[in-house]
Amino acid sequence: MAKSLFEEKLNSDKFLVTTEVGPPKGADVSEMVHLIEMLKDKVDAINVTDHQSSVMRFPSLGGCLLVKELGGEPILQVTCRDRNRLALQADLLLAYSRGIRNVLCLTGDSIDVGDHKEAKPVFDLDSVQLLKMIRIMESGKDMGGNDLKGTPEFCIGASVHPAADFIEPQLIKFEKKVVAGAQFFQTQGIYDLDSLRRFMQFASQFQVKILAGIIVMASARMARYMNENVPGVIVPQFIIDEFAGVEKGKGLQKGIEIAARTIKAIKEEKLCHGVHIMAVGNERVVPEILEAADL
Amino acid sequence: MIVAEQKPLEEIGQMIAPYEKVLILGCGTCMTVCGAGGEREVSFLHGALQVAQARSGTNVHDFVEYTVKRQCDFEFLDLVADRISEVDAVLSLGCGIGVQAIAERFPDTPVLPGVNTSFMGMTSEWGIWDERCAACGDCRLDETAGICPITRCTKGILNGPCAGTKNGKCEANREIDCAWVLIYRRLERLGQLEKMRRYYPPRNFRTIPRPRRIVSRVKVEPGESNGQIAI
Repeated sequence: MAKSLFEEKLNSDKFLVTTEVGPPKGADVSEMVHLIEMLKDKVDAINVTDHQSSVMRFPSLGGCLLVKELGGEPILQVTCRDRNRLALQADLLLAYSRGIRNVLCLTGDSIDVGDHKEAKPVFDLDSVQLLKMIRIMESGKDMGGNDLKGTPEFCIGASVHPAADFIEPQLIKFEKKVVAGAQFFQTQGIYDLDSLRRFMQFASQFQVKILAGIIVMASARMARYMNENVPGVIVPQFIIDEFAGVEKGKGLQKGIEIAARTIKAIKEEKLCHGVHIMAVGNERVVPEILEAADL
Repeated sequence: MIVAEQKPLEEIGQMIAPYEKVLILGCGTCMTVCGAGGEREVSFLHGALQVAQARSGTNVHDFVEYTVKRQCDFEFLDLVADRISEVDAVLSLGCGIGVQAIAERFPDTPVLPGVNTSFMGMTSEWGIWDERCAACGDCRLDETAGICPITRCTKGILNGPCAGTKNGKCEANREIDCAWVLIYRRLERLGQLEKMRRYYPPRNFRTIPRPRRIVSRVKVEPGESNGQIAI
């Protein structure tokens, strides 16, 4: 039996759509609640980011509890940056006990790119080891080899960077993640379908589902900024140029158009198993993108 | 070697404020090589502190300078016992080990750190030092083609690069090579890429309980004729 509704869909032939919400910087969750309510029935699952770009925020676990309470399907993003193996396991036990069954295992961005640059980075585990840790917990033991009272079970995923400028080491790591137990992948932002095609040629030999990452941008300035400052984001020049040609105030519209165009192409070509839309602050336009992409 | 940087003059000024007679003590080994606290730096610092004192018009301090071969061994510190007994405090330009050795050997004399001990590294070019070893106590450089991911990857991860690497550089600092890109290229060159495909389990931090101690299996005698293996 599937461990979650999302896993059930992963095992079907459905073209999957996931998206993500970033929790607030503060205790006021009203905006996040509004976004979750707006998105929960339009997508197959909602990721909640874990101090994205190393910026301190309301926790991903808290956000996933909200998604659950509001009747949505959460994907808990877990990074290794801020917690050692004790804290990671404890958080996962809490998540499981509250009905959260999907986990995206990430190493996490460097502390240096965030807003608490003086903090101590943890990285007790890396993403591959985190995947493996979850599979160990599912065997009824913790990482120390002790019996667990109540065994959790998760549908686990990881990330991959098909457009990396040096792809070979990324492919090796992708394969290690598959072997460690990853069932699905949400990729870093994709703009250039050629790199996705090449990657899928390699990835299709494995029994995993790949959701192509779609980053929604709102201006040439944002595109340039993300290209230069956000880890793992490579925006090709033709996209920046396309934004640069747009009249003022119409940037987000262009972003929606590019996202919808990319999604449509991926779906029509049956390039991968779905898409993961990252709207970074513009989550409210996700329904518009889905509509424009005929989803 | 151990690499350090001299503390700002202002911070040193605040530390020495309560003491009249101060010995500025250099170290002839690593601190000399990395330009943080050898004979030359002791002399410069001595001059700078005198100038600062003259400018402030207070003239409360009386400085003496000296440099020992190594501050981290008592046998070298014993040679300056007389000098230390004549001052109110020692401003050590040795690394943190030197400072602590002085504190242990001379329990009645305050000792102040004149440098910030930074890391273990090598001279990349004169004036540039790079960290190369984290002294993690569990060396596995054979698996990573002689390039240490614990030290040289900002996240110290063991199973390959994160997705933040761009143009072969680290996401945390664009001036610094991604350790895993270096490891990949060298493993490829050596025909050992299978080492990167292996799964490496989480580190065992029990190999490095602090403080660490090594008891030599070599019989070490003081003086020149040491180094006989005890069987």
